Amino acid sequence: MSTVPVTLVGERRRRATRRRSVLGLLAALVAIAFAASLMIGHTLYGPVDVVRVILGQDVPGASFTVGDLRVPRASLGLLAGLAFGIGGVTFQTMLRNPLAAPDVIGISSGASAAGVFGIVVLGLSGLAVSLVAVAAALGVALLIYVLAWRDGVLGSRLVLIGIGIAAMLDSVVSWVLVRASQWDLQTAMRWLTGSLNAASWELVVPLLAVVLLVVPVLLAQSRPLELLQLGDDAAAALGVRVERTRLVVIVAAVLLIACATAAAGPIAFVAFLSGPVAARIVGPGASLLVPAGLVGALVVLVADQIGQWALGTRYPVGVVTGALGAPFLVYLLARTHRFGGSL
Amino acid sequence: MSLPGRAGRTTWLFVALAALAVAALLSVALGVRAVGWSDIVAGLSGDHDTVGAAAVAKRVPRTALAVLVGGSLGLAGAVMQGVTRNPLADPALLGVTSGSALAVVCGIAFFGLAAPSSYLAVAILGAAAAAVLVHAIGSLGRGGPTTLKLALAGAACTAAFSSMVSAVLLPRIDVMNEFRFWQIGGVGGADWHRIGMVAPLVLTALVVCMGAARGLDALALGDDAAAGLGVHVGRTRLLAGLAAIVLCGSATAVAGPIGFVGLVVPHLCRLLVGSAHRWLLPLSLLVGAALLTLADVLGRVVARPAELDVGIVTAVLGAPFFIALVRRAAVRAL
Repeated sequence: MSTVPVTLVGERRRRATRRRSVLGLLAALVAIAFAASLMIGHTLYGPVDVVRVILGQDVPGASFTVGDLRVPRASLGLLAGLAFGIGGVTFQTMLRNPLAAPDVIGISSGASAAGVFGIVVLGLSGLAVSLVAVAAALGVALLIYVLAWRDGVLGSRLVLIGIGIAAMLDSVVSWVLVRASQWDLQTAMRWLTGSLNAASWELVVPLLAVVLLVVPVLLAQSRPLELLQLGDDAAAALGVRVERTRLVVIVAAVLLIACATAAAGPIAFVAFLSGPVAARIVGPGASLLVPAGLVGALVVLVADQIGQWALGTRYPVGVVTGALGAPFLVYLLARTHRFGGSL
Repeated sequence: MSLPGRAGRTTWLFVALAALAVAALLSVALGVRAVGWSDIVAGLSGDHDTVGAAAVAKRVPRTALAVLVGGSLGLAGAVMQGVTRNPLADPALLGVTSGSALAVVCGIAFFGLAAPSSYLAVAILGAAAAAVLVHAIGSLGRGGPTTLKLALAGAACTAAFSSMVSAVLLPRIDVMNEFRFWQIGGVGGADWHRIGMVAPLVLTALVVCMGAARGLDALALGDDAAAGLGVHVGRTRLLAGLAAIVLCGSATAVAGPIGFVGLVVPHLCRLLVGSAHRWLLPLSLLVGAALLTLADVLGRVVARPAELDVGIVTAVLGAPFFIALVRRAAVRAL
């Protein structure tokens, strides 16, 4: 009889080790992808040049290309991927449905619609666009939540209402885009697919601030968030303050998604797919926030390199993630329907 | 609510017909340029001497297209909801229209399609492929194609299709410029040639749908009961589904993707005449036509001097209706 607890402890220890090594590996891969994004381009620069530029030394050519173009671009990719991954998996965990990602249920559409409207119609730029997008995404999240409320919020009802709202907002986005001048069109397309082409410190710094501020809050809530998956009553019995946790988590995740969307556009499928991919890599029984964030960052960085250099035309990153994501999505739908709703 | 008898239903059909006539008249009379009665009469009788009369003459094919497209979408929605036994079925929400959009874009970009007549076949093929795909994905697993699974499969496939559309479009600014006006859904650029091309298809599909009305009634009882009543379940579903795909594929080909008409109209009509398809289908056709024409008029009036494309109007008006339906639906039915 005594062997059972020993095996359990061993199993738990084995899982923890596996989790640590997987996390380490993911972090290393993200670092490699980030470094590669700094070195690869029309002109290749060695690691020494890149480090010297980052340290602030003047390297002819590299100072501009690496310092002013590639560092902001790679940082934006890293941060946006992180934000999409963490925000997406938070929604999926909270609603207990891998398909309830913010890009399906209208949160990203809200940010996009407000962003496009701000740029094209109101003529805003920079921080103002981010603020409008964040406000709109929060408003849309609140609206969906309120509309789905009827003797409690039901996951499936929330998803369906989100789909309806997303359809409405997407048509607003395309209407605004039709009104855009042809000159604005390429820029505005960023809001349909997501792209890092406009990267600059002006976009990176606010996003960095939000990520630094919000991610710790979410990490602190990761345990209550896990418990919420057991159902509201069970979580309350285990000492979780259900409504407060849910409110904090929703606001934090929406902030991440909206700020990332404001900076890089709704990069297709990253918020949707990071969580399920991370769940398959890390294995069951652990918080997915950090691994999903790392997967998101890795996907965005790699997809951006593919989009820029691997194909004939320079595609924005959202097109690549969309094309890579679509088959995986179909697989995920098929699997979820067959085995029930877990990640 | 007790359902009206035969006389009541016939009355509703005539009311819908009258509403359609009023909508068509409004559509000819109202627009960016305000015109007087004399101009309307002159324009309708083929006289283009004044600017007002010429504007009216321009609005006639537009109105005809709106009637045709709205009728097709309303009918297609009613048939789809019957075939899938799914109250939230709508060509746009189930990804069918975005499938035909993807097919048209691929056709323009890779196969050099230029004539709208060749869009038509491609759009219908794309609609059919998307419908089969979404239905296949939504039917996987326990319980067959439930409402939630179909809606999610539709939303996911729409997302996938639209990122593929962007992938094809982005390097081709000329195609993009042409396509972005098409992708919202509008009846602005109507001409008789395009209408004449689609009309026979729509009429054929209409006849097929009406023929399937009795079978659709039986399908509502469940497959086994329908088979017990002597209905060929597979054949009915195939024929009616095919007709619905042809209807919304051709509507999409001439007017771009227009959402929510196919969702809203059948529900409205079911409230009026009940769920017998031999009444529901013709009424959906008439109400769909009237509704889309009115939405087009609304889009022209509210945003003067610009125009709001009809696809936007239907999305903005239709989404709240969809949400109300979802809120009303019993929890288990989802």
